[in-house]
Amino acid sequence: MIEEKEVDLLLNDLLEVYGYDFTHYARASLKRRINRLWSLDKFPSFAEMRYRVRSDPNYLKRFVEELTVNVTEMFRDPLFYKTLRTDVLSKLAAKPFIRVWHAGCSTGEEVFSMAILLKEANLLHKSLLYATDLNSEVLDIARKGIFALSPMKQYSENYILSGGKNDFSSYYTAQYGHVKFNEELAGKMVFSTHNLVSDRSFNEFDLILCRNVLIYFDKALQERVLTLFNESLGPLSYLALGAKETLKFSSIQLQFQQVETEKIWRKIK
Amino acid sequence: MAENQVIDDCKIVLIGGSTGSIDVLLKLLPALPPTLSFALIIVLHRKNTSDSTLANLFSLKTNLPLKEVDDKDSIVPGMIYLAPADYHLLIEQDGTFSLDDSEKVNYSRPSIDVTFESTADVYGPSLVGILLSGANADGTNGLSAIKRAGGVTIVQQPETAQVAFMPQQAILSAPIDFVLNIQELISFVKALNKA
Repeated sequence: MIEEKEVDLLLNDLLEVYGYDFTHYARASLKRRINRLWSLDKFPSFAEMRYRVRSDPNYLKRFVEELTVNVTEMFRDPLFYKTLRTDVLSKLAAKPFIRVWHAGCSTGEEVFSMAILLKEANLLHKSLLYATDLNSEVLDIARKGIFALSPMKQYSENYILSGGKNDFSSYYTAQYGHVKFNEELAGKMVFSTHNLVSDRSFNEFDLILCRNVLIYFDKALQERVLTLFNESLGPLSYLALGAKETLKFSSIQLQFQQVETEKIWRKIK
Repeated sequence: MAENQVIDDCKIVLIGGSTGSIDVLLKLLPALPPTLSFALIIVLHRKNTSDSTLANLFSLKTNLPLKEVDDKDSIVPGMIYLAPADYHLLIEQDGTFSLDDSEKVNYSRPSIDVTFESTADVYGPSLVGILLSGANADGTNGLSAIKRAGGVTIVQQPETAQVAFMPQQAILSAPIDFVLNIQELISFVKALNKA
């Protein structure tokens, strides 16, 4: 088990050697991820793990990728997507152009879910989905639009619960245990690395989705990121967070109004 | 039994369970005193729906304030907390909760081990961990971590559990202080109360 001060040493190394700042990540989860990696990669001691991280840039890629959580699925929390369909997309429909930002998109399952919603609302042709993540490796996966076949049954059920009326499998072609989503969806996506800890706002959006990312940050970093989102949102635009995350207690709270009971807020000021 | 001498200053009671554990909680919760000197944190294996049926069910059985945890909630004595579906529940050094949607542990999210280990890390000797009925080996490592950190470990007596596997695994592989039937379990928790 790693000691608190050893965690500090590693985080300092990441910042000093590579410029990755994890010092404002929620510590309990980070510590668990480091312990997990320590045993997965069978380091005999903390010193050896630390040496490897400091001296091997290839290992660093793995380290950062495993430190951050890249678990995601399509149409997670179907009722959230239902509210997006009924309450959000209907309002955005009047816009000449719709810009969406998926912040911390991981391997892209949510981006493809969103593209399907836009397609079914007849809005995809005038939409652009910007999808960013800290890890370039997960973006490579997202960009290909190729996912494992096995969870598609679950995703299809989620899709129907979200109000989907089509045959979910019509959106992809299955082959050798994998599926590839239709080019029409991927054609509206732009993938790029972006670090919420250190990078700035890069555009103005009508909808920002950042679900189950803030839970990994401490309160100070959450506040920074919410401010960044606020600066990146135009008037009457929307911000969507994860099921257990909130705008409450943040400095931008008063500028936003919650949509129904879902974790979606509209910028009113 | 002089249970209340087992631990001087109990700050947190953790209860973990799977199949068959809800019935035990439905007996325990109404038996609790009207105020508690510690926080009670419940981690159950449950369906991945984010609805609040389970929290509502438990709320009906107690007058104590009960909350399904949101990210960064502070741990307040006297409260009952329920781990939300589909997230691991962890504890930070400053006494707040944090959530984590990383890989399942023991096929489970929330995992009892994750919460028990994380809480042991922060509250060590001021902690009581209780493992109830279930068909999974989750919780065993967590109880070991609690014991290592100086806390107290309890399992439901397997003969009284709807599914004996979970408490049995813990008895086999973790240092357990007390093996209690449901009535003894209720008395033990009540005796921890200093409020």
